[in-house]
Amino acid sequence: MQRWKQEVPAVLLLAGLGLAPFIGFGEGYVLTLLARAMILAMAAVSLSFIVGGAGLVSLGHAAMLGFGAYAVVILDDLQIVEAMVVLPVAMLAAAGFALVTGAIAIRTSGVHFIMITLAFGQMAYFTATSLSGYGGDDGYTLYARSEVNGARILSDRLGFHFICLGALTLTWLFCRMLLASRFGRVLRAVRGNPMRARALGFSPYPYRLVAYVIAGAIGGAAGFLFANATEFVAPAYISWQRSGELLFMVILGGISGLHGALLGALGFVLLEEWLSHQWEHWRIAFGVLLILAVLFLPNGLAGIPNQVARMFRRG
Amino acid sequence: MSLTLLLVQGLNGLQLGILLFLIAAGLTLVFGVMDFINLAHGVQYMLGAYFAAHFAAATDSFWLALLLALPATLLVGLVLEFLVFRHLYDRDHMAQVLATFGVILILNDGVRWVFGSAPLQVPMPEALTGGFPIMDGLLYPHYRLAIIAGGLATAGLLWWLVERTKVGMLIRAGATNAPMVAALGVDIRRLFMVVFGFGAMLAGFAGVMAAPILSVEPGMGDNLLILAFVVIVIGGIGSVRGAFLAALLVGLVETLGRSLMPDVMRLFLDPSSARQVGAALASMLVYIAMAAILALRPAGLFPVRTA
Repeated sequence: MQRWKQEVPAVLLLAGLGLAPFIGFGEGYVLTLLARAMILAMAAVSLSFIVGGAGLVSLGHAAMLGFGAYAVVILDDLQIVEAMVVLPVAMLAAAGFALVTGAIAIRTSGVHFIMITLAFGQMAYFTATSLSGYGGDDGYTLYARSEVNGARILSDRLGFHFICLGALTLTWLFCRMLLASRFGRVLRAVRGNPMRARALGFSPYPYRLVAYVIAGAIGGAAGFLFANATEFVAPAYISWQRSGELLFMVILGGISGLHGALLGALGFVLLEEWLSHQWEHWRIAFGVLLILAVLFLPNGLAGIPNQVARMFRRG
Repeated sequence: MSLTLLLVQGLNGLQLGILLFLIAAGLTLVFGVMDFINLAHGVQYMLGAYFAAHFAAATDSFWLALLLALPATLLVGLVLEFLVFRHLYDRDHMAQVLATFGVILILNDGVRWVFGSAPLQVPMPEALTGGFPIMDGLLYPHYRLAIIAGGLATAGLLWWLVERTKVGMLIRAGATNAPMVAALGVDIRRLFMVVFGFGAMLAGFAGVMAAPILSVEPGMGDNLLILAFVVIVIGGIGSVRGAFLAALLVGLVETLGRSLMPDVMRLFLDPSSARQVGAALASMLVYIAMAAILALRPAGLFPVRTA
């Protein structure tokens, strides 16, 4: 009973995104915005999977997107645009980076984990700025979007909308399945009480590393979509501010479940966009809203229904 | 790379390290004593610079501006503590990070609203405009030497406060085990307010001193904030001594790396890619150092908590 109830907001949200193009949100500009929101939501869900599921608070998740996006760039430069090739390469590149850096980072915990992932993220960022063959600091404009079996599905606005939605839904379902599985239960046990988990015979390290690598691979896929959405890739996409934003989306949504990341990412991107049209100094209002959200929504956006329900019961 | 250039870059690195220390000192104490992650510490530095610019323009004197900017940053710090931070002590790190990020957004755009986005210039104080001849035909600006001297003096004062006074003793005790200090009857909240206000003022002081040599602009504190976090993690959270040494280390690595790395890279690469790769590597050095230190000594160089 409780379990399926939790999923209602996420399902509604995904269904709403599916309907959006047909109920008056089909303009090119709106679709571009929604695509960006969905891609970032995908990255946020994968981040939420390791933050909420495994207690690994990464401040370097944008680097995963960066590896995915730069895989697209480098293959584009070699004139390889077949998504069947580019996407696996993007995911493998990000997963590889996650494996190497995670192997070191997961030895630390708490704030030190945050800082060491920041360090690796910054290394990826500065590496990207030094890639003079791919524009260095200025970034790289793709010749064309990726193709699927020679068909240019990704170039079609509506098609791209549903590809992003499909990828987001898959990510959500996959991470949810992982968290519900035995693997996910061990992760949560380790997060809750590492010593007790160890006493039960589970070594936390490999479980956490695998989770970190999976999140990295999903981040790489999101990076692949991001590069295709903007047809332009620059080191700025990997900067620590980006990683911070992803983390803020996850926290804003609430880390108790994956649907929080969905709500957080969509809320963050859409609110930012809306506010920026209202007032030149919209960040002031945005900052105030973030502070109010922290002070009055202890469980994030995802906790609102419960909070409202409790208020009614009391009142 | 001549010896002279090395000396100049060394002094510049020292000066960056001093500024970093002034920011990191407050950050590490707040983090160490109250286990509070304050991302908004960098904006205190920015505010210090803006206050300096504003008061310098109003009073026509750098010294008066310095005198007025310090209490102004202190006041802003205390107001923020009262309005926002106070309500976050009992929350987890995530909530603190998100809320203090909100404070960054507000203040960065706030100064843009009040002062405009164009960078402001602050004239150097008259008495320190000259240079000091460190070698034939090479003058090192008096003002930069004054920053180093002022920063060292502040570090000395801070050392005395933390190591030799009763408040300092409580702060050190709080950094080691805050609940125990509270249980012994110390009003830890008030202690934190003192630490917080003082830390905000130190960051503001760094901003005032940096104002004449940098352009004063919105967001100027953001990148220094990240470096300051690197400093406190390398030094060991809660340790002022660790923060001091780590700040000098980071300042020197950052500055010397930037001038040396392109030259080193030229040994392996053609000049144009050497410049680009060298610059990237130089920026990376600090983070490589931090990752290495964390991988080998997860609690930093001078851990405070021995648990």
